[in-house]
Amino acid sequence: MLEYFTIFSLLIDSTLRIATPLVFAALAGLFAERSGVVDIGLEGKLLGAAFAAAAAAAITGSAFIGLFAGIICSVFLSLIHGFACVTHKGDQVVSGMAINIFVAGIGPTLALAWFKLGGQTPQLSGDARFSPLHFPGEEIIANIPYIGLIYSEILSGHNIFVYLAFILIPIVSWIVYKTKFGLQLRAVGENPEAVDTAGISVDWMRYKALIITGLLCGFGGAYISIAQNAGFIRNMSAGQGFLALAALIFGKWKPGLTLFACLLFAFTDALQARLQGVAIPGIGVIPVQFIQALPYILTVILLAGFIGKAVAPKASGIPYIKER
Amino acid sequence: MINPATANSKNIILELKNIDKWFGHVHANQDVSIQIENSTIHGIIGENGAGKSTLMSIVYGYYQADKGSIFVNGKEVFISSPVQALNYGIGMVHQHFKLVEPFTVLENIILGAETGTILENSLQSARKELKRLEDDYSLNVNPDSVVGELPVGIRQRVEILKALYRGANIFILDEPTGVLTPQEVDHLFKILKSLKKQGKTIILITHKLREIMDLTDNVTVMRQGRVINNKPTKKTNKEELAELMVGRSVLLSVNKKDKKIGRKILSVNNLSIIDEKNIEKVKNISFDIHEGEIIGIAGVAGNGQTELLETLTGIRRINDGTIKFHNKTFDNSNPINAKEIRKNGLAHVPEDRQRMGLVTSFSANESGILGYQDLNIYKGKIFLKKYAILKDMYDKFKRFDVRPANPILKTSSFSGGNQQKIVLVREMDQEPELLIVGQPTRGVDIGAIEFIHKQLIELRNKGKAILLVSVELDEVLSLSDKILVMFDGKIVGKINQKDADEKTLGLLMAGAK
Repeated sequence: MLEYFTIFSLLIDSTLRIATPLVFAALAGLFAERSGVVDIGLEGKLLGAAFAAAAAAAITGSAFIGLFAGIICSVFLSLIHGFACVTHKGDQVVSGMAINIFVAGIGPTLALAWFKLGGQTPQLSGDARFSPLHFPGEEIIANIPYIGLIYSEILSGHNIFVYLAFILIPIVSWIVYKTKFGLQLRAVGENPEAVDTAGISVDWMRYKALIITGLLCGFGGAYISIAQNAGFIRNMSAGQGFLALAALIFGKWKPGLTLFACLLFAFTDALQARLQGVAIPGIGVIPVQFIQALPYILTVILLAGFIGKAVAPKASGIPYIKER
Repeated sequence: MINPATANSKNIILELKNIDKWFGHVHANQDVSIQIENSTIHGIIGENGAGKSTLMSIVYGYYQADKGSIFVNGKEVFISSPVQALNYGIGMVHQHFKLVEPFTVLENIILGAETGTILENSLQSARKELKRLEDDYSLNVNPDSVVGELPVGIRQRVEILKALYRGANIFILDEPTGVLTPQEVDHLFKILKSLKKQGKTIILITHKLREIMDLTDNVTVMRQGRVINNKPTKKTNKEELAELMVGRSVLLSVNKKDKKIGRKILSVNNLSIIDEKNIEKVKNISFDIHEGEIIGIAGVAGNGQTELLETLTGIRRINDGTIKFHNKTFDNSNPINAKEIRKNGLAHVPEDRQRMGLVTSFSANESGILGYQDLNIYKGKIFLKKYAILKDMYDKFKRFDVRPANPILKTSSFSGGNQQKIVLVREMDQEPELLIVGQPTRGVDIGAIEFIHKQLIELRNKGKAILLVSVELDEVLSLSDKILVMFDGKIVGKINQKDADEKTLGLLMAGAK
């Protein structure tokens, strides 16, 4: 019994770690899409922030400067998206995709030029990374069965980003549903004309939302390169931006449900890592490739069939052009 | 014209002086001057494109005039945005409501007028204020309903409330009755009258003469961007206004002789239609159409008319019951083939001409042969006969008074009324046994309406059958020989035209009987 519980605790532990960048990116996407801007550039922003954070941390030796650089880079990319789609009413999908492709190329190129390590940044260690936080009394409580595991594996020992991601959920909920900014944000994604005639600038609202999107992606990207891992490698975001977008749709653009979706995706990912090479009674060893595909198969099934009617913000994806 | 000397003795709340506005090469407003008296209802009437909406957009700050000045209470003001217009007490109720559908009424009302960062405070104070406004004007709106679930008439009241909440004194209503049932129109008129009684001023933009006569104190007629006339409503009449609007005399009523009906052309028996969302849109209806008669279907939009039209023309499947056209019977297992049935003498003018009737990015001659491109006069062995098509279209455009009569232009560059004429001439010119026509005059000018009505009657007099679906009650009443009323997918009334009047039909349309 205790053995299974240990496995379970470890699974939850890695679920939380895996979910963290998804949560940041999905919440980032929530702000963009609620304001009416489709953002498939989440992936690119994560990757850009991951690179900027790792590069700055490698040069300065400070994780905090790394984080700051990651955020700056991600906000900058967000503003480019805004300039193309909000100011110049460009196609949001094209602009998002362009950012993804641009970042995927420029990151390794700059890394190669600066560090000469074949497109990576140097291995980071010490103060250049965010290390796990350990709660007091962990060793003492760890010996108590069950509770010890919950305390030391699930609650304690995570990165500050992991806690931050989960604290963000109620904060984002509050902002979106209980504040003036939130009301205007939701309105501008549903009917920008209503916002315009109410005397609020549609473009400025969308820029504000995109800046928050950039900020959150900055956290997500920095987590990937200077907390979860120890440096930047090519394509290290590995589609998590897209997965976050799927989680956002699955979560019907609501913070709580989106968190649930992120956890679900992360759990299947943690599970596949654990199931690799394990013989399942009655079936035997399942090919690794199949297991690795599980999270994606699940995504497709969920998106295709099980979420019911997901109604996107009505103006999402449509540039606002004042009619003549 | 109001004489400036006597104007001073009246209480002028809003005055426009010599307003000019250009959009590119279009002179939308030309030297427009209007005076609007305090606590009156002032009508502005004109055809589509006469510049009414542009003028009002200038008044509430959506556009700025190129020349001219605006005075509120005798003081010159410069209005650069809708918010500023509200500061001067000018509120707008748009034709297409500017409401956020998933929001509650309350949330919609405070949007942009919040009092602080935290929403709850604004909501509470708005709730109190709303209660007071409710009591004063009896608008009957529940502040906690979700706007997207409300009927159109109530959404409109939310728009009015929004303007009231922001302290508007002058209300501009742009074509407010276009989407309402007759009962909702009555309620709206009651609200407007009570606003007037409380000292508010209302500017009503419309192209419906009846509304002007029923409601307004003064009326301004606009044509081609200019003010043609300003008059107290009492000193004018429908005929005069129509003539001023169009610039020539207009026949308002339809001249129609009695005609003996011929053979049965179409018979619908116990027809039921279920849509994609598995909702039964048409419920067990039956009716017949004979040669030489016009059957009109009245009803508020969305009560199954669209589905019925689509099924009759072969776009949608029959779920239950039968449709008999000539001698052929169609049912669920033997569906109507749209192409087949057109060949057999059924023509269709769809409700939504831009989406289903035309391809707006095609040139007008291409749009004009859609569905008939296989006719020998248009089609050669391999290529279309371009010259023959152009010549034929030019003739048709001339005959149907399509302006400009130039079939080379892009379809989208024609006005709504002329696009409709392109569809009509295409469908009517084949002299079909049965013409199915949906909303023939939606968004069409009064002059063109007269023409279209005349053409429809002519086709009927030639002994052809017509099924007419329209949300315009006047139109159904004046054209049809027999009227069916649809409500909630059922036919709730079959009335001969001679026994029908607006009130009975209105009640049937609202499902009150």
